[in-house]
Amino acid sequence: MGTGIKPKHQRLVLLVIALVALVGAGLLAAWALRNQANYFYLPSEIVAEAPAPDEAVRLGGMVEMGSINTAEDGVTVRFIVGDGDARVPVSFTGIVPALFVEGSGVVAEGSLAADGTFIATNLLAKHDENYMPRELEGMTTEEVRAEIEATLE
Amino acid sequence: MHGFANPARFLRLAKWLTPLLLVVGIVLTVGSLLWGYTGAPPDRLMGDSVKILFIHVPAAWLGMGGWTAIAIASLVELVWRHPLAAIAARAAAVPGAVFAFVCLATGSIWGRPTWGTWWVWDGRLTSMLVLLFLYLGYIALSSALAREGSSSRIAAIFGLVGAVNIPIINRSVVWWNSLHQPPSLTMGNSAIDPVYLYPLLGATLGLSLLFGGIVLMRMRTILADMQAEARLRRKAMQAAEGL
Repeated sequence: MGTGIKPKHQRLVLLVIALVALVGAGLLAAWALRNQANYFYLPSEIVAEAPAPDEAVRLGGMVEMGSINTAEDGVTVRFIVGDGDARVPVSFTGIVPALFVEGSGVVAEGSLAADGTFIATNLLAKHDENYMPRELEGMTTEEVRAEIEATLE
Repeated sequence: MHGFANPARFLRLAKWLTPLLLVVGIVLTVGSLLWGYTGAPPDRLMGDSVKILFIHVPAAWLGMGGWTAIAIASLVELVWRHPLAAIAARAAAVPGAVFAFVCLATGSIWGRPTWGTWWVWDGRLTSMLVLLFLYLGYIALSSALAREGSSSRIAAIFGLVGAVNIPIINRSVVWWNSLHQPPSLTMGNSAIDPVYLYPLLGATLGLSLLFGGIVLMRMRTILADMQAEARLRRKAMQAAEGL
């Protein structure tokens, strides 16, 4: 036994070593999960590595401005999801969530058809990290422009 | 810190600090929530459901803060053998679990109108649910150990190991694509408009004081339980000697 090492300090050193190892293991596991633990794929990932036609996947990105088209039947909507690099056309039949608007985030569950259209069976609106009242004050230029465009339509 | 190693000195301090924390905490929480619910306008997209923020966000922070407190108390218990550390860890578990549950419940209620779903298995929601399960496991383990009168060292190790989940919850929305939005509040930056931010911070401070008051209250209860048990044991031994 080393002289002068108090048991208290020995316990502290041992515990710190154990904690560092534990946190390291946790970080490694999280790093290994970085692809598997994604809730959805980005359009650029779908375009680069197209899933099989019957494979159920989730596609997440921004609804492009001016891309939402409602079909003649009134319940089918077509729109384009982009992430700045790639764009994927999406078709969905059903009731869209209240926060589903152009220029906002969306997660579509479904599969990629042979023609490159994503056939969604379910839509989830993704909210961003901004919280602001309805007044224009405090909005960024893009948001103010979007607000004005929405009023003009 | 060693000044408070003496339970008698701790009890003298806790006796007046407990009601002070509880009263100030309740007044501040109720005031901030009233301010937020009557004063703040509807959000541009979410409408009035934005106001669940004032409960959801403090509950999430305190759910994670509760486990951080358990981990620190467990470290102090294992290294310095501080007599009050194990009691503090046990006392923080139930309020921490309640806040984790409130965070999940309010988030689910907010998610239905906003996202269009009650629940998804994304990184943030799943890791927060794991935290609630860790709390339940910790409560079961530490109370079983206390009932049997065994050492709480196993619970302390559980408390430290479980702390791995805290940075995972915090980073889950940054590391992985998730349905839950990325953090709105980062160091010195806020994406939350001041009309929502100030009631939110007020409610967070109020609920934190309330949390502290509840932990002190539970610590006093546990200490009183231990004293009562020791007295009963002494009496039983005296009775046995008298036979």
